[in-house]
Amino acid sequence: MQIPYTVEARPDTGLYNAKLGIWLFLASEVMLFGALFSSYVLLRTGAESWPRGSEYLNIPLATLNTMILIASSVTMVMSWASLKLGDFRKYKLYMGLTVLAGFGFLIVKYFEYTAKFAHHYYPSTNTFLGIYFTLTGLHGLHVIGGMIVNGYFWGPGSKLWRRDPERFANRIEVAGLYWHFVDLVWIFLFPTLYLL
Amino acid sequence: MSAHDVEAIRRQTRTYVMVFAALAVLTVVTVAASRLDLNPGMTIAVALLIAAVKGSLVAGYFMHLIDERKAIYWLLALTVIFFILLMFLPLGDAADSIGGVPTPV
Amino acid sequence: MSALVEERVGHAHPADHHPEPFWRKYIFSQDHKVIGIQYGFTALAFLLFGFALMMMMRWQLAYPGKPIPLVGPLLGQNNAPGGILLPEFYNQLGAMHGTIMVFLGIVPLAVGAFGNYVVPLQIGAPDMAFPKLNMASYWLYAVGGLIMLGSFFAPGGAANSGWTSYPPLADIATQGQTWWLAGMLFLIFSSLLGATNFLVTIIQLRAPGMTWFRLPFFVWAQFVTSFLLLLAFPALQAAAMLQFMDRVVGTSFFLPQGLVISGKVLEVAGGGSPLLWQHLFWFLAHPEVYVLILPAFGIVAEVIANNTRKPLYGYRSMVYSVVFLGFMSFLVWAHHMFLTGMGTVISSFFQTTTLIISIPSIIILSAFFLSLWGGSIRFNTPMLFALGFLPMFGIGGLTGLPLGLAAADIHLHDTYYVIGHFHYVVAPGTIFAMFAGIYYWFPKITGKKMSELLGKIHFWPSFLFINGVFLPMFWQGLAGVSRRLYDGGQQYAHAQDALWLNEVMSVSAWCLGLAQIPFVINLFWSLAKGKRVADNHWEATTLEWSAAPSPPLPHRNFHHVPTVVRGPYEYSAPEAPDTYLPQNGEADEKAA
Repeated sequence: MQIPYTVEARPDTGLYNAKLGIWLFLASEVMLFGALFSSYVLLRTGAESWPRGSEYLNIPLATLNTMILIASSVTMVMSWASLKLGDFRKYKLYMGLTVLAGFGFLIVKYFEYTAKFAHHYYPSTNTFLGIYFTLTGLHGLHVIGGMIVNGYFWGPGSKLWRRDPERFANRIEVAGLYWHFVDLVWIFLFPTLYLL
Repeated sequence: MSAHDVEAIRRQTRTYVMVFAALAVLTVVTVAASRLDLNPGMTIAVALLIAAVKGSLVAGYFMHLIDERKAIYWLLALTVIFFILLMFLPLGDAADSIGGVPTPV
Repeated sequence: MSALVEERVGHAHPADHHPEPFWRKYIFSQDHKVIGIQYGFTALAFLLFGFALMMMMRWQLAYPGKPIPLVGPLLGQNNAPGGILLPEFYNQLGAMHGTIMVFLGIVPLAVGAFGNYVVPLQIGAPDMAFPKLNMASYWLYAVGGLIMLGSFFAPGGAANSGWTSYPPLADIATQGQTWWLAGMLFLIFSSLLGATNFLVTIIQLRAPGMTWFRLPFFVWAQFVTSFLLLLAFPALQAAAMLQFMDRVVGTSFFLPQGLVISGKVLEVAGGGSPLLWQHLFWFLAHPEVYVLILPAFGIVAEVIANNTRKPLYGYRSMVYSVVFLGFMSFLVWAHHMFLTGMGTVISSFFQTTTLIISIPSIIILSAFFLSLWGGSIRFNTPMLFALGFLPMFGIGGLTGLPLGLAAADIHLHDTYYVIGHFHYVVAPGTIFAMFAGIYYWFPKITGKKMSELLGKIHFWPSFLFINGVFLPMFWQGLAGVSRRLYDGGQQYAHAQDALWLNEVMSVSAWCLGLAQIPFVINLFWSLAKGKRVADNHWEATTLEWSAAPSPPLPHRNFHHVPTVVRGPYEYSAPEAPDTYLPQNGEADEKAA
C-alpha cells in the first residue's frame, strides 16, 4: 500500500501532502521570525535611545539586495511555470538564475558584514547591532538553506523530471514557496532595520 | 496538458512580471519615504504599510495565495492571531501607564 | 470504490520489493512503527535517568550533608566530595531533571512514541505522510539528547539555572548552559518536523469514511498537540538563539546596563531585558505543558471507552474542549510571570484567561468520570492506570487554580506548592497515562500480552508512593519553603515545622523507584516470553485493532485500505448490545 496524495490532491482539502506540509512549516517560520521581531519591538521600546538604521547601515547596498531577492523570487516562480508548460530548458535557465541571485545576495551581505567589522561594529557593540546581526544572520542562513535545496533541484535532483514530471513540478512549487517566504521576511526586515 | 491550462499559465507569467515591476517601484518608494522627515509614528506606519503591500503581492501572486485552499487560509489566520499576540501582549507592561503614571501616595 | 483507492499514485517503499538490510530496517527505519519504538525505548531510558537524578537530590533534601550511599563515591570530587552533593551539583541535577523529563522523556514518549505508532493505524493510513522526515525527527532528538547528556562532562558541569534558564543567571552560567542551548535547538527542530508530519498525516491520510467526528479522541488530542508544538516552539527557538548570542558573542539581549556580579560591573553594552527571555520562554512553555497532558487525555479516553464497553460520554464536547484548550493555551503564558512587576492590567488579563482555560479541562475530566457511569468496567492494568489518572489529574488541576490567581500566587510562586501542582499533573497524571498506554497497546505492538499480576504489583505501590512524594509538597509550599533550595528549607525559621516531610517524600520517592522494577521486568520478560494473544486482544473498536497481524505489516499496516463505517466507540450499540462494532467496515462486509 502506498502513501496517497503525494502527487495528486486529496479531494476534500484540494491539497497534495507536501504543499500542506510546507505551509505548516512556513507557519512555524512566521512564529520564529515573529518572535525575533517581537524581541526587536520590546528592546526598542525599552531603550533609552535607539539609532536610526542609516547611522550604522548601508542603505544603498541593502536596497540592491532587496531588488536581487525580489528578482530571484520572480525567476523562482517562472522556473515552476516553465515546468508546468513542459519546458525543461527554461526551467534550468530560471532556476539557475535563482541560485545565482542567491549568491549575489550573499556576496552583498558579505561586504556589508565585513564593512561593519572594519568599523568595529560588532553584535556586542549595542542592542541595535545585536538584533541587526541576529535577524539578518538568521535570514542569511535561511537563504543558504534555500540555495542548497534549489541547487540540488537544478542539478542532481532534476533527474526526477524524466521519471515523474508532475511530482518534480510539485517539488519545485514547494521549494518555491519556501524561497518566496525568505523574500517575504526580507521585505519586512529591510525597512525595519535599515529605514526606521 | 490542455490548451486551457497552458493559456492560464501564460497569463500568470504576465502577472508575475507586473508584480515584479510593482515590487521594484515600491522598494524605491519606501526608501524615498524614509528620507522624508515625518514624526516617528508616521515613519513606522508608512514603512510597515508599504512592506505589507509588497508582502501581500509576494504572498498573493508568487505564492498563489490568491486562489489557495481554505485549509491554508485557516492555518495562516491562526498563525497571524498568535503572531499578533506575541508581538503586542508583552508590551502590556506599558498599559498601566496609560493616562499617566500614578503618583505614589 | 476500493479499486479506485488502491490505484493511488504514490511512492513505493523498497520493502515492497526486497528485504531491507538490518541498518535500514531497525536503525534508519522509515516505518512509523519502528520509529515509534525507537522513540519509546529512548524516552523511557531518559525518564529513568531523570528519575535517578531526582532520587539523588531527594537524599540531600532528606539528609542534608550526609554522603549518598552506593552512588555518592561515583559522582566524582567535583560534584560530590566525600559523596556529599555540592550545591552547584544539586543545581545541575535540578535543571537537568526538569529538562530531561519534559523534553527528552515525556514529549518524545507521548508524541514521538505513542503518536507515531498509533496515529497512522487509528486513521487507517499505511504510514506517516513523510517517512523520511519522521526518521530525521528521531535522529535529531537522539543527537539533542546526547548533547544534553554530554553537558554533564563540560567544564563546570551541566546547565544549572533551572529548566527555565532565566537570565541574567543563565547568561553568565558555566559552559554547560551553552550545551543546553545547542541541545534545545536540535530538540526543537525535531519537534517542528514531527509536528508538521503529524498534521499532514491526520489531515490528508485519513481512510475513506474517517470523517473528523469519527476520529478516536486520541487522534484529536495528537492533532491539537501538534499545532501547539508547531506554533509555540519557534519562540523558544528564537530565545535560545538570543541567549546563545549573549553567551558566545557578547550581546546583551537579556542583560540590563550596570549589572553587578560579585561586586564587579559586567562589561557589556547593556540595554537588554531579562523579561524578554521570560516572555519568549513561557510563550512556548505554557503550550508545552498542554503538550504534556493532551496525549495523556487521548490515551485515557481510549482505555476508558474500551474497558467500560460503552462509548465515551460527551465525545463532541470533549473535541470542542480540546480544540478550545489548544487555542487558549497561547493566551495564558504570563501567569508564570505574576511576580515580575508586570503591571496590574496585564496581570489581570492573564489571570482571566487562565481561569477560563480551566473550563475545557474540567469538561474533559468530567466527561471521563461520566463515561464510567453504567459501564461494565474491566479492571485490567491499563484501566487501573487510567482510573488512577482521573483523581490525580483532578488534584493537579485544582491546585493550579490558586496559582492562576495573581493575588494568591504572591504567596505560592516559586514554592513547593508549585512543584506539587505540576508534578501531580505530569507524574501521577501523564506518566500514569503513559503506563496505561504501554499496557494497552503492548499486544498490538508485539502480539503478546504483559503479565496482569506484575502489572498490578506495579500499579498499587506506584499509586501509593507517588502520592507520598507529591502530596506533602503542598504543605511545604504553604509553609513557605521555596523551590530549588539545596538544603530543602533548613535555613528558614518559618519552615521548620514542615521540614520533617522531606524525609517522608524522599523515602516515598525511593520506594516509588523500587515499584518500577516489576514494570521493567514485565516489559522485557513479556517481550521475550509473553503469551501470544489474538490480534484484537482487548476487543476494541478503533482501526489499529483491525490491522492484522500484530505487529501490523511493515510499511503498509493494512492488507486492504480500511473503509470506516461508524464512530470510534460503538460498544454495546443498540443493534448489537452484547458486543462491539469495529470502525472498519471490513468485518461487516465479511458477515454480509
